[in-house]
Amino acid sequence: MPKRVLLGVLLACGLTASALAQEPKTGGVINAVIQPEPPGLMLAMVQNGPVQMVSGNIFEGLLRYSPKLEPLPELAESWTVSEDAKTYTFKLKKGVTWHDGKPFTAADVLFSIEMLKQTHARARNNLVQVDKVEAPDDYTVVFTLKQPFGPFLGIFEVGSMPMVPKHLYDGTDWKTNPYNNAPVGTGPFMFKEWQKGSFIRMVKNPNYHEKGKPYLDEVYWQVIPDAAARSVAYETGKVDVLPGGSVENFDVPRLSKLKDTCVTGAGWEFFSPLAWLWLNNRQGPLADKRVRQAIMYAIDRDFAKDVIWNGLGKVATGPSASTIKYYTADVPKYPYDPAKAKALLKEAGYKGEKIRLLPLAYGETWQRWGEAVKQNLQDVGMTIETIATDVAGGNQKIGDWDYDIAFTYLYQYGDPALGVGRNYVSSAIAKGQVFNNVEGYSNPEIDKLFADGAVATPDSKRKEIYEKAQKILVEDVPVAWMLELQFPTIMRCKVKNLITTGIGVNDGFKDAWLDK
Amino acid sequence: MLSFVAQRVVKGVIVLLAIVVLNFFLIRLAPGDPAVVMAGEAGASDQIFVKQLREKFGLDKPLPEQLFIYVKGVVTLDLGFSFRQQAPVSKLILERLPATLLLTLTAFAISLMLGVLFGSFAARFAGTFLDTGITVFALIFYAMPIFWVALMGILLFSVTFDWLPSFGYETVGANLTGLAHAVDVAKHLIMPAMTLGLFFMATYTRMTRASMLEVKRLDFVKTARAKGLSDAVIQRRHVLRNALLPVVTLAGVHSGTLIGGAVITETVFAWPGIGRLMYDALLQRDYNLLLGVFVICSAMVLIFNLITDLVYRLVDPRIEFAS
Repeated sequence: MPKRVLLGVLLACGLTASALAQEPKTGGVINAVIQPEPPGLMLAMVQNGPVQMVSGNIFEGLLRYSPKLEPLPELAESWTVSEDAKTYTFKLKKGVTWHDGKPFTAADVLFSIEMLKQTHARARNNLVQVDKVEAPDDYTVVFTLKQPFGPFLGIFEVGSMPMVPKHLYDGTDWKTNPYNNAPVGTGPFMFKEWQKGSFIRMVKNPNYHEKGKPYLDEVYWQVIPDAAARSVAYETGKVDVLPGGSVENFDVPRLSKLKDTCVTGAGWEFFSPLAWLWLNNRQGPLADKRVRQAIMYAIDRDFAKDVIWNGLGKVATGPSASTIKYYTADVPKYPYDPAKAKALLKEAGYKGEKIRLLPLAYGETWQRWGEAVKQNLQDVGMTIETIATDVAGGNQKIGDWDYDIAFTYLYQYGDPALGVGRNYVSSAIAKGQVFNNVEGYSNPEIDKLFADGAVATPDSKRKEIYEKAQKILVEDVPVAWMLELQFPTIMRCKVKNLITTGIGVNDGFKDAWLDK
Repeated sequence: MLSFVAQRVVKGVIVLLAIVVLNFFLIRLAPGDPAVVMAGEAGASDQIFVKQLREKFGLDKPLPEQLFIYVKGVVTLDLGFSFRQQAPVSKLILERLPATLLLTLTAFAISLMLGVLFGSFAARFAGTFLDTGITVFALIFYAMPIFWVALMGILLFSVTFDWLPSFGYETVGANLTGLAHAVDVAKHLIMPAMTLGLFFMATYTRMTRASMLEVKRLDFVKTARAKGLSDAVIQRRHVLRNALLPVVTLAGVHSGTLIGGAVITETVFAWPGIGRLMYDALLQRDYNLLLGVFVICSAMVLIFNLITDLVYRLVDPRIEFAS
């Protein structure tokens, strides 16, 4: 059974305590796969997945986060929060330099924030509650908020708020700045070479601010566009690390069984990718809550997990992944129950109207999942038409609300105020945009709960609010939640400490070492 | 001859401009634009972000204005800027051009040489076991999809025997120089070049065979035989030479598509060439880059067509240039 084998490998080879306890060895080179090729490496300008993965080694944020999402020091060595929860004071680490030798100071933080507000959509949204940012001295930064903002300490990881060198960007045209293609950061590795279409090479930063780190001499990111070719590259020993999502899921059990191979599902806690089906609440049969509930009952999500995702991941219970704050399992349940689905469809008066299903064009696994869902829905009497499109075409259709059911998966960023609310509040309904409330769900009670939850204090109050929101949403089924996804990272067992935080591979390889 | 070439160049430029305009609109017919794709990839798409991206890409301007700006650029040999890749289009294409030329020219040479050779043998020994063998061999490679041949090649020569590298242009991190580097690149080249070459080889084999069999029946071949010429001389100097015209025509068409024609091979073997650049640009709706590759490909087709016409004259002196 692939599932059992995989579990065994996970247990036997994951990041075990013994690996952590070993004394790190210095030197060596890691070859990792990156796909697709990043469009650039300037994290403040482009934030797609591959950019975050590579640039997380070059740039740094003020904080990083543990697998339990507790803030950890990075460029900020300490922080305090005022009693009214409106003033956050960060003490920056001294002796940090940019890769070109210039010191990193509070002026860089202030500049980065101003730049990110213009270039980084997520950072801009995260900073909306910030009234002012000041730097009383070179190593202190004070954020004053308009009102308390619960998830504020959760917005400082490198992908969400990368620090940018003011001396290289201030007063330049950011879009065409030559450092966009040869980035300068404070991170453990320095950009060295990029042969477009082939590889990106990074070398150890000898002046890194954490003494003794990084342990590796070099990291190569190899660009291999075909999923099967990526599997072969690992199989033939040409690459050492396949970050989560690099190979098709059906290849994971086979690769996991290879000699000296370790697999871990860790490192996704901050992102907590949750897959669901957008259900267009505006029109047709799906405007009826009973039809949406019928869809939840009709889909065999355990089958999807066990067969299509090879036992990886977890069946979702609602809008929050179980790994993020304020998650509750105490919500209405939707087990696989075709009979109940049929009854609900009958009650709602569904008469076989055609429903358009838009699968996600992210490769074979997603295509198979689309077929399985279509089969499930047809089994309960629904008429499903699959619309084939590429990613760009799919985004356009979803943004234009030109669909009935569409696959997606989104990151949750550790807190409902950062990654959950945006998909359900009515203020996030806007045509032409892809990742907000594209299902068109509108419920004043939910709007109020998410608005209150973001600014409520203390934590227990937030918990109460978000638990209530989850219950209401699960009852209403604005979208059909499928799985909490798990993208296993596959690597040679000699690679130690690759993943040490909740940000995983995107947090850089500063702790990684090779047990040669 | 000069006036013939001049006339063809002028016609070529007009055709190229027409292609640019047509492609400009065709690309925009596909759903989605670069702003939507990039907003999607960033996992965030508020109105300001998408608007900013559209402004950055120049997509906020009316379509005729966008076309005017683009055509003006092409006329002055400026293929525009890829905001996605944050680099000028011409630089991106030039970076990839050597790898693509190496792959496609090697494949082209392999296919043409082997194709004509096998085709001649098949025609020479028509109806024999050798002819059947060559024909079946050619048919197999003609019928099999390139990606399948590529994957099977990887499975056999990389995974099972570990003789050849499965991907890339060179061994990354080996820092080889001189002859060692050339050997390394050659090793990486064998599988993609053979994969691509075998497909075209099959076409040339069949074309050469059919054409030679046709020529063989003509009277001048009988005359040559009556003159007492040896069979080898008849085949080489009389039959093959006269049978080559259709092969040259086909090779001309193929050579024009060399630049962009290796998308699948480049993708499976992670070969850093233009075919893949084009494929990525299409998925990402990187308009300027995609149009840039199209312009170069179209120009190549036109140039190779002209070269083909000139080669006709060399192959068959009876052909004259009409001015």
